[in-house]
Amino acid sequence: MPKIKIPHKSPHVDMTPMVDLFSLLLTFFMLTATMRPAEPAKVDVPFSVSEKKTPDANIMTVTIASDNRVFFNVDNGPDTILHFRPKILEEMGKRYNIVFTPEELRYFEKNSAPFGVNIKDFKAYLAAKDSKERDRFQKGIPIDSTDNQMALWVLFAREVNPSVNALIKGDGSVEYPLVKKVLDILQDKNVNRFSLITSLEKVEVVDTKDAKK
Amino acid sequence: MTLKTLKSSTMAEIIQEDKHKGGKKKPKKHSTAIDMTPMVDLMCLLITFFMLTTAFSKPKVMEIVLPEKIKKNEKVEPPKIADSRTLNIIVGSNDKVYWYPGKPDPAALVPLQETNFSATGIRQVLLDRNRALFKKIEQFQQDVISGKLNIRQDSLQSAIRQLKKDDDTGPIVLIKFYKKAKYKNFVDIIDEMSIVGIARYIITDINWIEEGMVETALGIPHTSVAPAGTAKK
Repeated sequence: MPKIKIPHKSPHVDMTPMVDLFSLLLTFFMLTATMRPAEPAKVDVPFSVSEKKTPDANIMTVTIASDNRVFFNVDNGPDTILHFRPKILEEMGKRYNIVFTPEELRYFEKNSAPFGVNIKDFKAYLAAKDSKERDRFQKGIPIDSTDNQMALWVLFAREVNPSVNALIKGDGSVEYPLVKKVLDILQDKNVNRFSLITSLEKVEVVDTKDAKK
Repeated sequence: MTLKTLKSSTMAEIIQEDKHKGGKKKPKKHSTAIDMTPMVDLMCLLITFFMLTTAFSKPKVMEIVLPEKIKKNEKVEPPKIADSRTLNIIVGSNDKVYWYPGKPDPAALVPLQETNFSATGIRQVLLDRNRALFKKIEQFQQDVISGKLNIRQDSLQSAIRQLKKDDDTGPIVLIKFYKKAKYKNFVDIIDEMSIVGIARYIITDINWIEEGMVETALGIPHTSVAPAGTAKK
């Protein structure tokens, strides 16, 4: 009887194609991942059943932090031609007799993080070297009727970009009167449609009357 | 000189090694394959991380539309609504909700009903009053899913909106907020409206009667008094 020859096989699998594919995917995801700008304050948004996604462009966001500071941000997504952000800041500067240099405007355009800075501190805020120094100026935008800078931000954001949508990102523990104040400011500037930023949470509707049957 | 000696010495070594080879010692075989398992592990992890963060980083938004503010010099008659269909909801503090039907009347105060935001709380109250419309919307969505009705996704939303518009049996909900109410509950109550499919709801200011009612329910002294002479808007 002839001897059956068992082919000698190595238990190792060649992983090179797998690694190739993985590196390709990794590079793709790393490049497409959009870096989220640093938030100046932690905000725990409430839950809702809404499945509508946040728009990418034409948005202004009013952030209400749990310590009652109010932040503002204008985001135009990836566009680089329209230069809404520097225009808004320039208008704001004109109102308060502050002239921003082109460098400052460019810096403001590049760093699209929410800001809660009094306009009088804005030059110092833009000149700040690191985020720690910058955070010292994040005292919240004044919303009192004596110096309502938030209303002006909203006004100029709407003047520069008439199709802007208002987003409200509030912390769940903020009390209603402050929310009402922010809503009033927006409504005074004829913004009646708001999008509240929430996290998705599914709910089941159980009808007790049906359950009894 | 040095180079020469070096050369000669290496040569000598090779020769010496060759001499060893001639013996019983086997040459070491180095495999050309590297173990890539740790690398693959790490890459898997990174890919998963980036995939998850890119897919879910977008927060959701809930849309609300508030009625336009009435300007000071403008005279607008407030819309007349039937008391029988009116349901007042007052969002209180500590995740509590109060509700009462009809109109607030300082002469004959209706006791507030207390409930919460759980599935058996305010949702049942609203569902009891809005059952007809809720069933209609549910049936409609079922028909679309099962293929009975052939409707595109975007026209589904407008069809539901039309259903809500045509409804004339559901409640008209007036949502008010006590001053200690949290933003979380603000979102919760508007969310309940969309869950139950309430066609008509509005967010209005709380009046002094209701504020007093909530404070009675909470067992704390009243902080607001009736406005003298003129009625509060």
